[in-house]
Amino acid sequence: MGKRSIIPYGPQHPVLPEPIHIDLVIEDERIIEAIPSVGFIHRGLESLVDKRDFNQLVYVVERTCGICSFQHGMGYCEAVESVFGVEIPDRAKFLRTIWSEMSRIHSHLLWLGLLADGFGYENLFYQCWRIRERVLDLIELTTGGRVIFSVNKIGGVLKDIPEDQLRHILSELDAIEADLNVIKKTFIEDYTVQSRLRGIGILTREQAHDLGCAGPVARASGIKADMRKRGYDAYPHLDFEPIVSNAGDSYARCYCRLMEVFQSIDLIRQAIGKIPGESDLSVAIKGNPDGEAFFRCEQPRGEAVYYVKGSGKTFLDRFRVRTPTFANLPGLCEMLAGAELSDVGLLVITIDPCISCTER
Amino acid sequence: MAEVIAPENILEEIELSDLLHVVMTKKKEGLRLSQACAAYVDGKYELSYSFADDKTYQLTTLRVVIDVDAKVPSITEIVPQAIFYENEMKELFGVNIEMIALDYNNKLYRIEEEAPFGPKKEENNG
Amino acid sequence: MSVLKYAPEALKNLFRAPVTTSYPAKPFEYKERTRGRIDISIDDCIGCGLCTRACPSSALSVDKNAGTWTINRFDCIACGYCVEKCPKKCLTMEQNYQEPGGEKQSVTYQKSPEVMAEEARKREEAAAKAAAAKAAMEAKKAAEAAAAGGEEK
Repeated sequence: MGKRSIIPYGPQHPVLPEPIHIDLVIEDERIIEAIPSVGFIHRGLESLVDKRDFNQLVYVVERTCGICSFQHGMGYCEAVESVFGVEIPDRAKFLRTIWSEMSRIHSHLLWLGLLADGFGYENLFYQCWRIRERVLDLIELTTGGRVIFSVNKIGGVLKDIPEDQLRHILSELDAIEADLNVIKKTFIEDYTVQSRLRGIGILTREQAHDLGCAGPVARASGIKADMRKRGYDAYPHLDFEPIVSNAGDSYARCYCRLMEVFQSIDLIRQAIGKIPGESDLSVAIKGNPDGEAFFRCEQPRGEAVYYVKGSGKTFLDRFRVRTPTFANLPGLCEMLAGAELSDVGLLVITIDPCISCTER
Repeated sequence: MAEVIAPENILEEIELSDLLHVVMTKKKEGLRLSQACAAYVDGKYELSYSFADDKTYQLTTLRVVIDVDAKVPSITEIVPQAIFYENEMKELFGVNIEMIALDYNNKLYRIEEEAPFGPKKEENNG
Repeated sequence: MSVLKYAPEALKNLFRAPVTTSYPAKPFEYKERTRGRIDISIDDCIGCGLCTRACPSSALSVDKNAGTWTINRFDCIACGYCVEKCPKKCLTMEQNYQEPGGEKQSVTYQKSPEVMAEEARKREEAAAKAAAAKAAMEAKKAAEAAAAGGEEK
């Protein structure tokens, strides 16, 4: 039995993109327990319901996160739409799906880059981000913003993607896929990646289920749960299967996210093939929300839950968003217990932490 | 064309005294705690515990309506991951939750104001 | 030979043109839809104040009587909600971004004197019209009352 000591890890650490503090109880080089603490960047976005009306809140909510901003805005809009009981036009549904998948591609590529940077593969890092830049260009072309889309409104979307832009997206996707295949070869076959990721931070299926993990973290542990299968937006019209791996280690989480990029490309192609002709992009909303609704959507990082409660006023009574990282934090603590000290940075990255989202 | 599942969300209103029992049954049914949150409406707290079924994609929400000074038992003994949700309720709303497995003592978010989402101070005095 | 496996990629990268652009020498091209900053054709503005109420970051203010429209560009988040809300469509989204500055400051747009004079004249006309209508209404009421009084007798 070695000597026990506590190492404070973060919030300032070269490997961490965002501030999270973890107290690591270690014995020699092995971690016994990890106690996370967040709260360095709590912004109180949820309390803004008292000051901003439910229409303005769309723009507040999508600033919850800088990476999955589109799906935050979309999730909030769909929750309010289900309070109103309105059905948005079909074309708007397909547009939302296309934008969701684009933001998934750029988020996953960002994460793959950060992961490569985390285990010291700088070259792979900038290859990933170079591809991501092309997706960002597509996003800016269609919405007008590189990360903050601002195309959602309650009842539909604000902007249309015209035919020529859809064709441009398809041709860009071909180029992106060709570039991705090179990276895929590296991520799947390369010795450096394998030796650094295989068998590190194993989370079994039972642990992942008991700790309520969501998204790629759960799917890498063999839980076949993907909220897109719930059938919101245009997903019922598209053909896909959740990507699941049974290994539960860091390599599996990397594999799931990498494969989801290809899946997203495929989904965008399907959506563009099936998108209905030009029509209205939104339906009119009358009155104020009265009632409550839960809405769940699949974000790049996993399942996000939105809760909206209104009582017939322009200001909502309560708005709540449970972001995927919040659900994955207990999983992270479980992974860290028993890991080597040198793997901590890597393990924190593998859950794709988005701390600003978590604290809102 | 994929199969559409999309079942309706269920909202079950339960008494505070049944909370631990119902949470235990949900856990035994193999559901996963998807989220838990509080809301402060008309002088009462509304606590929502949402359980998700990953096979049928159904969301079951348990709703407990309690008075401001009521004491709520922690469900962390049954569902360990509820630590963060319960600490959040306690810190932001001032819900009186007892025996949380890992109690951050209102230091989860490091905010200056006490229970900013909960009852306003004037209401407490008056 | 794992070294040679990536040799084709390495060689390709050697001879490929750089992905980055030499920015100041080659100007940046904005996309058609880029949300840069809000601009206003102030003479079309009717001072209704819908944009100030819509703005999520409270960056706008309007003074109807003075004919001014003020924006704090450092508070503006370029969401475009005011552009969507404007009933006269006098607000537009420009592609180029707000330039950085040393301190937060707001920009005020003032309507031209001709437009102001025209509006004042219209207001006076409308006021005169309303006064005339009111006078006519009162005269009519008085006449009706008188008539009713007459019938009673």
